Amino acid sequence: MQRIGVFVCWCGSNIAGTVDVQAVSDALKNEPGVVFSTNYQYMCSQAGQDMIIQAVKEHNLTGIVVCSCSPRMHEATFRRTAQAAGLNPYMVEIANIREQCSWVHKDIPIGTEKAIILGKAAVAKVNLNTPLTPGESPVTKRALVIGGGIAGIQTALDIADAGFPVDIVEKKPTIGGKMAQLDKTFPTLDCAACILTPKMVDVAQNGKIRIFSYSEVTDVKGFVGNFDVTIKKNARYVKEDICTGCGACVEKCPMKKVPNEFNLGMDNRSAIYIPFAQAVPKVATIDPNACNMLKNGKCGLCARVCAAGAIDYTQKDEYIEEKYGAIVVATGFNPISMDKFDEFAYNQSKDVITSLEFERLTNAAGPTAGKLLRPSDGKHPHTIVFVQCVGSRCDACAEKGKEYCSKICCMYTAKHAMLTRDKYPDTDVYVFYIDVRTPGKNFDEFYRRAVEEYGVHYVKGMVGKVVPEGDKLKVQASDLLSNKQLHIDADLVVLAAAIEPDKSARPLATMLTASMDTNDFFTEAHPKLRPVESPTAGVFLSGACQGPKDIPETVSQAGAAASKVIGLLAKDKLTGNPCIAHSNELMCNGCSSCERVCPYGAITYEDKEFRMPDRTTLVRRIAVVNPAVCQGCGACTVACPSGAMDLHGFASGQIMAEVDAICK
Amino acid sequence: MQKITQTKLIDKAASLLKDGTVSCVLGWSKGEFDYDITPAVFKTEEELKEGFVWNDFCGANFSKYLIEKTRKTEGKILVFLKPCDTYSFNQLLTEHRFDREKVYAVGIPCEGMADVEKVKAACGDGIIKIDCGEKIAVTTLYADDAIEIDAKDVLLERCVNCKSKKHVAYDELLGEEGEVLESARFDEVEKLETMTPDERFAFWQNELSRCIRCNACRDVCPACTCEKCVFNNPQSGVENKSPANSFEEKMFHIIRAYHVAGRCTDCGECSRVCPQNIPLHLLNRKFIKDMNEFYGEYQAGAEVGQRAPLVNYTTDDVEPGEVFDRGDIDA
Repeated sequence: MQRIGVFVCWCGSNIAGTVDVQAVSDALKNEPGVVFSTNYQYMCSQAGQDMIIQAVKEHNLTGIVVCSCSPRMHEATFRRTAQAAGLNPYMVEIANIREQCSWVHKDIPIGTEKAIILGKAAVAKVNLNTPLTPGESPVTKRALVIGGGIAGIQTALDIADAGFPVDIVEKKPTIGGKMAQLDKTFPTLDCAACILTPKMVDVAQNGKIRIFSYSEVTDVKGFVGNFDVTIKKNARYVKEDICTGCGACVEKCPMKKVPNEFNLGMDNRSAIYIPFAQAVPKVATIDPNACNMLKNGKCGLCARVCAAGAIDYTQKDEYIEEKYGAIVVATGFNPISMDKFDEFAYNQSKDVITSLEFERLTNAAGPTAGKLLRPSDGKHPHTIVFVQCVGSRCDACAEKGKEYCSKICCMYTAKHAMLTRDKYPDTDVYVFYIDVRTPGKNFDEFYRRAVEEYGVHYVKGMVGKVVPEGDKLKVQASDLLSNKQLHIDADLVVLAAAIEPDKSARPLATMLTASMDTNDFFTEAHPKLRPVESPTAGVFLSGACQGPKDIPETVSQAGAAASKVIGLLAKDKLTGNPCIAHSNELMCNGCSSCERVCPYGAITYEDKEFRMPDRTTLVRRIAVVNPAVCQGCGACTVACPSGAMDLHGFASGQIMAEVDAICK
Repeated sequence: MQKITQTKLIDKAASLLKDGTVSCVLGWSKGEFDYDITPAVFKTEEELKEGFVWNDFCGANFSKYLIEKTRKTEGKILVFLKPCDTYSFNQLLTEHRFDREKVYAVGIPCEGMADVEKVKAACGDGIIKIDCGEKIAVTTLYADDAIEIDAKDVLLERCVNCKSKKHVAYDELLGEEGEVLESARFDEVEKLETMTPDERFAFWQNELSRCIRCNACRDVCPACTCEKCVFNNPQSGVENKSPANSFEEKMFHIIRAYHVAGRCTDCGECSRVCPQNIPLHLLNRKFIKDMNEFYGEYQAGAEVGQRAPLVNYTTDDVEPGEVFDRGDIDA
């Protein structure tokens, strides 16, 4: 029989405000196995912990129940306390009477009753607890960064700087991401390429960094310190190590009418292409959907002009398996599709564009060589209307758009408006906004300059409709401050489209068993205190995959993620979790159900000899759990049809005892 | 009437025994009455000629017997498998429950098996003799002449709604191969789904309250092959537990349905052997129907080594929320 001590925490008034803590400690005193029960203002404080240690010694306690906050908060603290008192740390159970009780109830009798029930469940569990000892696992000292935008680049550079090898997996033919498509960056107006491309070169030249471009992660197995990752290198039909990026093939390629995704389809590229002049790696890629040689077996011009002999039409997708200790997700964002926003006539007129398209139109390397010209007729626009919050800050019940603020649009719109007025002072620029949000160093000053120095017309109100008529765009909008309708004949309408996580993020989250919010942004382990860690150990978050972010924020988060990775890779061994699965070989059927559900590949089978009651031997197939690989998720225990699989620390018997205690 | 004759099966078994391909034969033999045909092991031609039976009452599925039999027998075992039996056979192989090398499987066509209860309903009690020819001729204590009934009229429910006449596993096939059939086996489940929760509860209350816990359903079930069944395990907490109230009466069957979910091939043996005529197969079919709807069509045992939806994960699996929402509508 256990000798259990119950310690009820007030958490100041957090718990004691809604739960009668004295009544809880009194009620639990009578539970089976409980020999001591008390309450105290702050159990987690030094005085509270000393109280526990004292009680263990005085009452010869074998188990401890702490009724306090969530185990995520202080389970580790109280386990250390138990250890200091000479107990096995796994003889501690936490009854969460704060998050699951006092914080969700207002009524003291109800809160108290529930706290007692939760305490009884924890006591019932401790009665069945057994001492557990954790194992250790080694750490693979190599990191994987998924996504090669500015977030991924910065994270990789910082990790490599600490001396650890890093691989970047980028699905596009080049790294650089969205930032490579930008013209200038707010609020300092330095050119994006000038600050990004040197970093891209740094990545390429860094001996610790490998770039897998045009590649995807297809499978992730394992766990923190020991991930097994499969990377699919898509066939680019060009030998990467031989291609010099001279561009002769691009020039000669007869298939020149392929929409250029780097310029968002506003001009064309050839079937064999290098996305842009500063691409890293600077290697050509053949688009298999456009190339006549790959589709019909006719042409072969690029192979003929390639002096290096780098073209290989027979190249196949290649799968690479590699081990990593840590994984950083940096999958970034995309502007949302404008298909559902018919009111802005995006699909009807070429002169209604998104801000990212505007970015390309003003970029010296863009389709118009930096001249601001209308996509429809190549004329200079004289009246430009910018519409903010297109798809951002929508009602939760709206059929289109996102509930959240995309955060970057106010600032880049101010930038676009300011730069337009600066370069083309004869242009009238209107910006329609709900609010202008400029929190950030030098942000508000920047916006005010646009209004005050550059004479941009900021109008509070939304655009209701855009109708193409002749070569004009009739813009109908409301001015909320002067309470009237505005009608503007615009030459160009620019939509600040909301941003959303990249589509590849959801399947990736599934592979990583990392959690996401309803908008498909990755969730952090703690929104304030652990912002760059995913709740899944060993998976870290960098950049806009975690939420809308501008470049300075992305870079600082990238550095933070890198420092967490370095902290992990610097360790030689990780202490494991002793709460892992084990199979009762007498009950195991060897049916393979557990192996099929195990996300970590921790279960194997062996043929084992059993002595039967009649003195014969029987060889049966049974499951064996590898304790170094098992993460204790418990999937196998529910899949096991015979009940042979069980989990240390969360045994079916313990769970049932808790349920019984609650239902009693 | 069965298309393949008893004599042909005996000849096949005898020749395989004679040439040493197999060391014994799993087959059907006459039981206490003509209608309770019982599984048996035959080792010689003489035994076969004396006891081997093949007629419209040979419902028993032998797949499960192979687990014990292959462990204890030297040499190969000949097993006769009807189409539906082959699904159980494959499912057990998927679960590594017996050594395929130790089995010689002969697939035999099946025209459907007779439901003894339906026969009794048609002819009355006191059956003393049954002859299976073109028609089933039943002699009873109370009728002067043998009563002739058409086998088609007294088929087991599982045979009325036969899901497949195709053998998915065999070493040798006798007779003609059939096809996987479109069956109406989920119609009854749909009726249950349209009930209100109270009506459904009352339905199962009525059915399951008749259970006498004879364990026949579990013992015959080819998916219930645990080395140690939870209901026999003192450590499980539910061993030989008598129902404390009318709700607990249902627990045995509900637990069993969960244990076989995703592994049940819908062979219908549970309902065939139930002495209380509880339609146990409906519980299993509800699971099968739900899984088909949530994860796409899946037939347990159709292939060896296939991954059942409940122990498999794909990225386009139904979201738990959708399952929950549908449960809400059902309720």
